[in-house]
Amino acid sequence: MYVAVKGGERAIDNAHTWLAEERRGDVDISELSTGQIREQLALAVDRVMAEGSLYDPDLAALAIKQARGDMIEAVFLIRAYRTTLPRFGASAPIDTGAMACDRRISATYKDLPGGQVLGPTFDYTHRLLDFALAAEGLEPQEAPEAVTDAGDLPHVTDFLAQEDLIQREPEGTDTPRDLTREPLDFPTDRPLRLQALSRGDEGFVLSMAYSTQRGYGRNHPFVGELRIGTVTVEMDIPELGFAIEIGEAVLTECETVNQFTGSKTEPPQFTRGYGLTFGRCERKAISMALVDRAMRWAELGEDNVGAPAQDEEFVLYHADNVQASGFLEHIKLPHYVDFQSELELIRRLRTEAMAAQHQEAAE
Amino acid sequence: MTDQAYNFAYLDEQTKRMIRRAILKGVAVPGYQVPFASREMPMPYGWGTGGVQVSAACLTPDDTLKVIDQGADDTTNAVSIRKFFEKTAQVAVTEKTGEATVIQTRHRIPEETLTEDQILVYQVPIPEPLRFLEPSEVETRKMHSLEEYGLMYVKLYEDISRHGEIATAYAYPVRVEDRYVMDPSPIPKFDNPKMEGAALQLFGAGREQRIYAVPPYTKVVSLDFEDHPFDPSKAPHPCALCGAEDSYLDEVITDDQGGRMFVCSDTDFCGSRRAAGFTGEMSGAQDTHLGAVGE
Repeated sequence: MYVAVKGGERAIDNAHTWLAEERRGDVDISELSTGQIREQLALAVDRVMAEGSLYDPDLAALAIKQARGDMIEAVFLIRAYRTTLPRFGASAPIDTGAMACDRRISATYKDLPGGQVLGPTFDYTHRLLDFALAAEGLEPQEAPEAVTDAGDLPHVTDFLAQEDLIQREPEGTDTPRDLTREPLDFPTDRPLRLQALSRGDEGFVLSMAYSTQRGYGRNHPFVGELRIGTVTVEMDIPELGFAIEIGEAVLTECETVNQFTGSKTEPPQFTRGYGLTFGRCERKAISMALVDRAMRWAELGEDNVGAPAQDEEFVLYHADNVQASGFLEHIKLPHYVDFQSELELIRRLRTEAMAAQHQEAAE
Repeated sequence: MTDQAYNFAYLDEQTKRMIRRAILKGVAVPGYQVPFASREMPMPYGWGTGGVQVSAACLTPDDTLKVIDQGADDTTNAVSIRKFFEKTAQVAVTEKTGEATVIQTRHRIPEETLTEDQILVYQVPIPEPLRFLEPSEVETRKMHSLEEYGLMYVKLYEDISRHGEIATAYAYPVRVEDRYVMDPSPIPKFDNPKMEGAALQLFGAGREQRIYAVPPYTKVVSLDFEDHPFDPSKAPHPCALCGAEDSYLDEVITDDQGGRMFVCSDTDFCGSRRAAGFTGEMSGAQDTHLGAVGE
């Protein structure tokens, strides 16, 4: 007997039913609600929103539940949903300077206007498993609150810019190209690269950034500022003739200050890397800023040392985990036609090679 | 959300229009890879998203769709894609090559000769035939625009000097209308000669965001040398079920003692022949799934 290929349709249906059963797990354990995921696995939700390019915590929570916690699968679900949504228009540029910050730190100044705000961070926790958490029903301690002067927190790089110590970014007037509506075309520009990095896989962007730190396109970064908080999103409504607030979003922004020794055309000056993501994804935002900076070598007149992070084709074509995992996993699909043609080729080449060897031995 | 909440064939009309423009450009410049803004589909990249988008842009409510993978209508991914269009476009579907107006395929061209009334849509993983010689897209586009294909011929020559023949068995590169070198998608080279025909052939690569086309009766030449002409080889056996000597065969391992049989990879072709009374040496094997006609 041989393995049959018929019956695919029934197998697929049954596999889906089994999957749904496995997703639910042991029915003696109460079912996870999307509200629980949204509130208690908030950083997972944030990552799915960032890489799924869709700001909707409830849908991201649903995707995580449906994907059984497989983050890339959840990102894929969100992307596939997002692409069906109608486009009403674009929001006005958000003002991160007016962000209501939960966290705002600078590694370049000990103190600065607005102060250092540590926020709810893992940074100085000791990574010891907290067995008390395994016991359910513990009410968390209430965190003490302080009154702040609630003014806007200025960006650290603005202080450097006042002295012209850091490069000024050109004011863009054109609407940036939309990565999801136009084919990727090289060479790219910075807005397009930032879009791709912002939705890129956290692990990939992290490793790329790490490679620059270890010497593959090294450019020592200082975290000028990292801020996490809520911004308002506004949109111009043509019928009204002015912008109105349509919602709020939690964002993470990172600006790095990088060394620059100057080039033939530019005097020595600090340069910038930039990272911005939906949600609280600070590892990703910092990584993004480093990779952004590495890819700016041409614009700043630096040498291309052949580092992977400097190669925009390499980074942009491989940063997307939905593309990467889809293509990687497609090798699970049947390939027996191709394999058959390879089999015949190998058999033929081997027969010829053996015949030649025999002949040589005979001579 | 109900299935009816989606537009006909899933994609919205603006997206279909964008894809049709790319298709028309591809038809106008045979073999040229047209960039298009590929959408995220509800199936993974690498699983036929390019082909699905091209099919979605081509389908009308009157069409009859056939979907094959490895030549077969019943392989899991072919079933999945056919179900997708049954659900989102409510089009008629068929397994009969002759009855289909749109055929989406992965890795094969049907054995039955296609007609002017048919469109063959290929799923393409890597559309760039020069990719494995030059990884940069910027460079390969330049090579195409300058018709700089020397590197490809050097590769084929190196194959011959090392192995005595061109060691490419599938995705065998072709030259279209004496201009563009094109990847025919991973079809076995046995299928290459069928690309010169009456049907419109469209190629969709979703992840790589490219569409290209071979219009009807376009010259398609498999790359070769005068002293090493192209050879569309296949397994030297007849089909064990229908006895066909001229069809592409799958090798099926039947036991752990080295036993194997060769059967047509095109299930509709094989089934039709058996229905017409043709037999092969293992035609009696009706208890097997492969032996059951029209299941």
